[in-house]
Amino acid sequence: MKELWQLFIIFCRIGGFTFGGGYAMLPMIQKEIVEKRNWATDEEILDYYAIGQSTPGIIAVNTATFIGYKRKGIIGAIVATAGMVFPSLVIITLIAAFFRNFQDYAIVKHAFSGIRVAVAVLILNAIIKMWKNSVKDWKGITVFCVAFAVTAFTNISPVIVIVASAAFGIIINIKRIEAK
Amino acid sequence: MIYILLFFEFFKIGLFAVGGGLATIPFLQDLSDKTDWFTSQELVDMIAVSESTPGPIGINMATYVGFKTAGIPGGAIAVAGIVAPSIIVIVLIAHYYMKFSEKPLVKSAFYGLRPAVVGLIGAAGFEVVKISLFNINKFFETKAVTDLINIKSLTLFAVILYFSNKYKKHPIVYIAFAAIAGILFKF
Repeated sequence: MKELWQLFIIFCRIGGFTFGGGYAMLPMIQKEIVEKRNWATDEEILDYYAIGQSTPGIIAVNTATFIGYKRKGIIGAIVATAGMVFPSLVIITLIAAFFRNFQDYAIVKHAFSGIRVAVAVLILNAIIKMWKNSVKDWKGITVFCVAFAVTAFTNISPVIVIVASAAFGIIINIKRIEAK
Repeated sequence: MIYILLFFEFFKIGLFAVGGGLATIPFLQDLSDKTDWFTSQELVDMIAVSESTPGPIGINMATYVGFKTAGIPGGAIAVAGIVAPSIIVIVLIAHYYMKFSEKPLVKSAFYGLRPAVVGLIGAAGFEVVKISLFNINKFFETKAVTDLINIKSLTLFAVILYFSNKYKKHPIVYIAFAAIAGILFKF
């Protein structure tokens, strides 16, 4: 029971401070789940993202569900997801009920422009850490560069990048797989 | 009745929108054409609010649409609808992932996947850097290099980069700091 409550609170915190979608959540996940609690490794988080990106649904929710399930089974999955969406429910309901043109308030615009700079730094730090843990050889560097370039400069869907890189991983290890 | 419809419509969106919050927008556009729940002008506002508030964008959108359509229970039901497919699909996958993650085939697939995901996140980060540090549109208008870089943002970027690597405090600390700096210096 205590751990379920903890799951809820932690994902509330992550949901309440994620600005700008699933990938912006990564620094929070790293801090709360990997560093503070050792509930998953950096590599596992990358795996969850890969799965979350290529399955239906919102990446942030898929990642919360995955971690919740790993800790406490199906109940854990539901509780973690509930925590993740709870701040949105409260904040958006309040805004929708009481504010008109919330996004046009000068203070909101200034705060958000500032926050975006912090998010840029935090994502950069997160990527450097992830890079050290998961890009280990020239094959990894190649996959990273291709995935980055394709996503940043073309309209090709990230799902295709995910499927292609999984296939690449299998093909280059095919001898090892067959040997077993 | 409206609750059942809301749940069902958002369940469908959760099931078919692969790849995150922004992928839900075409579905919501379709929903606004199909029903009289909200107009496409309202949808534009909802996207703007969802992007400038905390939380996953898809969840914010679902809450907003649900609330506009059927009040507070509507918001909760729309969110329940959009996350239900995720919970079902991910629980199934998580079950097999834990069972098979040590198998060579699965290991090899993730060997290729991990650097690719770092690349995807890198591209998302690149996009945020581009938007927050550079005024590309203004630069094309004036052709002045001083207009290309947003000096205030670049300064804040450098400050946060320095402190976040030196002190490694919780990300919330830097987000709050940046929000206050943004308000004080009118970013």
